[in-house]
Parts: sequence; C-alpha cells; structure tokens
Amino acid sequence: MIYAILRRLGQMLFVMFGISVLVFLIFFATPGADPAARIAGRNASPEVLEAVRHSFGFDRPLPVQYVLMMKKIFITGDLTSFVNRGWKVVPAVLDAIPVTLSLVTGAAILWVVLSIFIGLVAAAWRDTWIDRGLMALGLLGISMPVYWLGEVMNLLSQSRYHDTWLFSWVPPLGYKALSEDPKGWFLTLVIPWVTLAILYIGIYGRVLRAALIEAMQEDYIRTARAKGLSESRILLRHALRTSLIAFVTLFGLDFGALVGGSALLTEVVFGLQGIGKLTYDALQSLDLPMIMATVMYASMFVVIANAIVDMVYILLDPRVKTA
Amino acid sequence: MSDTTLSTAPVPARKGRGPWARAARRLWQNRSAMVALGIFLLIVAACLAAPLYARWAGVDPFQSTLDAVLKIDGVDVPVMEQSTEGLGLGYTPLGPTWNLKHYFLGADNQGRDVLARMLYGGLNSLWISAAATVLTLILGTAMGLAAGFFGGLTDTVLSRILDVLWAFPIYLLAISLSIVTLSEGLKIGPFVIESGSLWLPVIIIGIVYIPYVARPIRGQVLALRQSEFVLAAINLGVPGGRILWRDILPNVATTLIVFVPLMMALNMLTESALSFLSIGVQPPDASWGTIIQDGQALLYTRPWVALAPGLAIAVSVMALNVFGDGLRDALDPRSKIRLGRD
Repeated sequence: MIYAILRRLGQMLFVMFGISVLVFLIFFATPGADPAARIAGRNASPEVLEAVRHSFGFDRPLPVQYVLMMKKIFITGDLTSFVNRGWKVVPAVLDAIPVTLSLVTGAAILWVVLSIFIGLVAAAWRDTWIDRGLMALGLLGISMPVYWLGEVMNLLSQSRYHDTWLFSWVPPLGYKALSEDPKGWFLTLVIPWVTLAILYIGIYGRVLRAALIEAMQEDYIRTARAKGLSESRILLRHALRTSLIAFVTLFGLDFGALVGGSALLTEVVFGLQGIGKLTYDALQSLDLPMIMATVMYASMFVVIANAIVDMVYILLDPRVKTA
Repeated sequence: MSDTTLSTAPVPARKGRGPWARAARRLWQNRSAMVALGIFLLIVAACLAAPLYARWAGVDPFQSTLDAVLKIDGVDVPVMEQSTEGLGLGYTPLGPTWNLKHYFLGADNQGRDVLARMLYGGLNSLWISAAATVLTLILGTAMGLAAGFFGGLTDTVLSRILDVLWAFPIYLLAISLSIVTLSEGLKIGPFVIESGSLWLPVIIIGIVYIPYVARPIRGQVLALRQSEFVLAAINLGVPGGRILWRDILPNVATTLIVFVPLMMALNMLTESALSFLSIGVQPPDASWGTIIQDGQALLYTRPWVALAPGLAIAVSVMALNVFGDGLRDALDPRSKIRLGRD
C-alpha cells in the first residue's frame, strides 16, 4: 500500500518534471527559435543580441538556465517577466486563478448535471427517437468549435438580441470579482458557462449513456431485477453507480486541464483575464518566464486531478480496493 | 476468399464472406453513417472545385479589392461602402448578396469574396487535418507497437514520454509549438520547413495527438503479445519485425481504421483553433479558422464572415464523427475506442 502510494507520487513528480523540461526545451532549444532574437527585435545588431543574451543569462548552459528558472518559480517565487521587466510572474498567475476557477466551476456544475440527466434519459429510452435526438444534439455540441460558439453567443446576446427581453440582462464582456459584485459576477459568467458547458454536455452525455447501457447487461443488474426492484431504482442506484466510474475519470482529467488553462479559447472570446488568457498573452509576446509558470501550474493541476481521480475510483468501485 | 471448386458438380459456390466484406456490408446498411459520408464528400468536392468557382464568379479570393464596384440588378454597389455609423469613418464590406454569381456571403474587410475564400480555406483545413491524421497514426502506431511488443526498457522509456505528452494540455502544447516555429520555421538538420508552410500545423497537430493513438495500440499489442499465435511464432524463431508486420499489425488494423475519421474531426477542430488564434495557417493562405478570425472584427456588422466557416467546420466535424461511429460499429462492434477531448 505505502509502496503503491510512493510509486504514484514518484510518477506524478516525474510527469511534472517531464513537462517542465519539455516546455523549457521547446522555447529554449527549438532550432531556429532564439529567445534573445525575439527580445532584441528583428533587425538587432550582433552586439545588441550578445548583450541581451548575456543580461538574460541565455549564454549559460541549458541545464543551469533550467535549474535557475525552476528555483525562481518554486523556491524564491521571484521570477520576473521578460517583457514587462519587474512584473512578478507567480503573483500574476495567482491573480488569474479565481477568474478561471469561476468559469470552469460554473461550467462544470452545468455540464455534470445536464449530462447525467441526458445520459439517463437516453439510456432509459434506448433506441427511441428521444435517444437518437439527444445523441445527435450531443454530437452537434462536440462538433462546434468552442470559440466560434462563443462568438455566436456574443453576436446574439451582445448585439442582435441584446435589446430584447431575452438578453437585455447580459452585461458587457469582462469579469467582475465575486467578492466585490456577486450579481455582476454571476451575470457576466452565465453566457461563458453555457458556451463552455455545451461541448462537455455532448461528450459526457454520450459517455454516460454508453456506460449505462453496458452496465445494464451485467449480472448484478439481473440479480437486482430478480429481487423485484423497480426499473428506475435499478437504473439510478445500481447501473448509474458503476457507470459513473468512466464519467469521473473523464471529469477529473477535463476539469484539471480546464483549470490549468485549456479554457483559453473561451477566455479569449469572452475577454476573461484567466490563466488561459494569461498564457495566451505570454505566448504571443514569447514571455518565457510567464509561459513556464503558467504551464507548470497547468501541469500541476492535471497531475493532481489524476491523483484525485484514482482515489475517487476506490470510493466508487469496491472492486478496485482488492485489486 | 478462395473458391475451392475442384469438383465438377454444378453446386453454386456459396461465397464465404470475409470479415472485411461483412464490415463493409454493415457500414453500407448504416443509413446515418452513409449520409454523413455523403455530406463530407460533398464538402470535399466543393472545396476541390474552389479554383473553378473563383474563375466562374470572376473573383480573386487572395487579392484585396477595396475600390471594386459591383453591378447588382443594374445598380452600382461598392464592395466596400463608407460606414454610415458613428463618425462615418472606415468602411463596411458588402453583406451577403445570396447570389452565387458574386459575393454570395459578402466580402471580408479587404473586399475579398468570402465564399471563394471559404472554399479555398476549406481545402487547407481538410488537407491539414487529413495529413496530420496520417502522421499521428504512423507515429502513434510505431510507438505503440514498439512499446507493447518489445517491452522492457523500450516500453518504459516510450510510456514515460507518452505519460508526459498525455498530461500536457493539448492546446497549450500545440500553441507553444506553433508560436516557437511561427516566425523562423523549423530546421532539423537538412530538413527545413519555411515559416508559413502548411506543413507546420500538420506536424504540430500530428505530434500532440500521438498519445491518443499510441496508448490504445500499446494496450492491444500487450494483449496480442500473450496470444497463442504470437507465442507460437516467437517460439518458432520468427524474427520480431516479421511478427509485428504479419501477425500484430493486421490485428490492430481495425482500430487504426476507426481512428481515421475520429482523428480527422479532432484535428480539424484543433487546426481551426490554432488558425483562429492566428498561429496556424498564415496569410495569404486561408483556412476556416483564419476566416473566422477575419470575421471577428466584423462580427456585429457582417456576421456571416465568421458564421459561415464555423458552420462549415461544425458540419464537417459532425459528419466525420457520425461516419466514424458507424465505421466503429461496422468494424468492431464490441470495441470501446472513444476519442476524448481535452
């Protein structure tokens, strides 16, 4: 048991280490991508280039640069931006977390509730037009580019139908802090929540339906039927429980990735200054310290989410305990 | 399917159907999958006809025409009209005419025909997603086969690499790679890919989805490695490469085929996202993603510039997904292959 936990921890640390090395190599060692040339500008003279290289420490060996950067992120926390010199990177990331967390949590509640509902309805009325219609809608949700859906939402709620009763409550784009303006916070986030959730409702509804239908063929369902339990009780108490395993795995990974910055496109379209937008801006200006910090933060979330998923597994599925 | 009609008896040889023929038949009978395939092929054909359309309509989708004047029903209409809102500064491009002869979907902010650009752009979107799919399948299969079959150190190293790639949020990785290669291109030894080349998004998208293919393939190979016919081949002294090629690869082939449409759908969305962030396809080339990006500034005045390419993406991706589901049901009804999205 202890050994297994240690092993898992080791694996987590390795994945985080691997990601940090990968990001570092992408930005510092990709052939043709010289960070000094980026900072100095297009037509910089060799002397200027050399000076930039020296002042940013790019002339040191790569492993030394890597270790220094990691030290500044995790130990001293005083890594500063290359672009806005003096702008501390770690606080900037911490400031952006509430925005992303608000966006992703709201969307997650929406998509979990709705997709469980859709999955149950589709599985209960399997192979009827209700099932087919719901699954087709789900597929449509999966197939739309999320940023485009966001633009359509903006078009409808900010411009075309903004003056009608339907969308007159929608405030202009932007983010309002929950602690300062709870009502504004809620209202500005409703449209982004819906937009982000639509994609995931499609995925999760389909996954849950498939898992439910598979579970309904198991022996323990037959046993439950033989005991004379009602069909709805079987579906809700017996089939749903095991079906949620696949659901929870997926949810952990998606939630981790989204909080870690994968909601980037949604944040860009709705002008929310979250982690994704921060990463995107940093990538645009090739602000390496900021990129390193946001990506390390993202990988941390993904890895932690993975670990939590493993634990929830044990709670949901008694079979895992003995394995 | 050999016809062993050695006897002269006039027994009508009842053709045994191979698994492929049975799968093809199942697919053919799946109405929604065939409709989806038809729609997708129609889109492909329309995009292939882009040069023909441009010549027929007499438009150059890559040339900005700010002062062109159009004759519609005998009335002169400028392609870029002086804005009537606000201070009257700036220009608003022509809206949709809904006339296939000229500016069906209107003009973009450089006075270019949006429909013609969409057809050309679609060609790029389709090509990139198809090429990236091939690349992912080749690399992912190679990694999955090697890791699953050789085991040991090879497996450990490859699996750890896959773990890292898997945990890396797809879009962040793709965006990072795109930005680094955007201005200078990619130079690896003798291979040079110019910046702005369509190969850059192909390679980037091809790489980021490797774990999606490699992991399930590795799992299947691990199971096949223990199967009796493979053990027999190993004990007979058949060389490893030959076993991989003759015994293992044919057994993962159905999985690979099922991956094709599903990966293409995923790649198309990824390509469009990168292009939308202006780090995918570079001007003067277009793709559906770049046109949505062009249309963003015109969203409230000329929404069709952004709406139309998005619809094209949604319809293509949906068609690919439906067809992919049908293909999976036909080839391997029990399989649980499912492509997740990050």
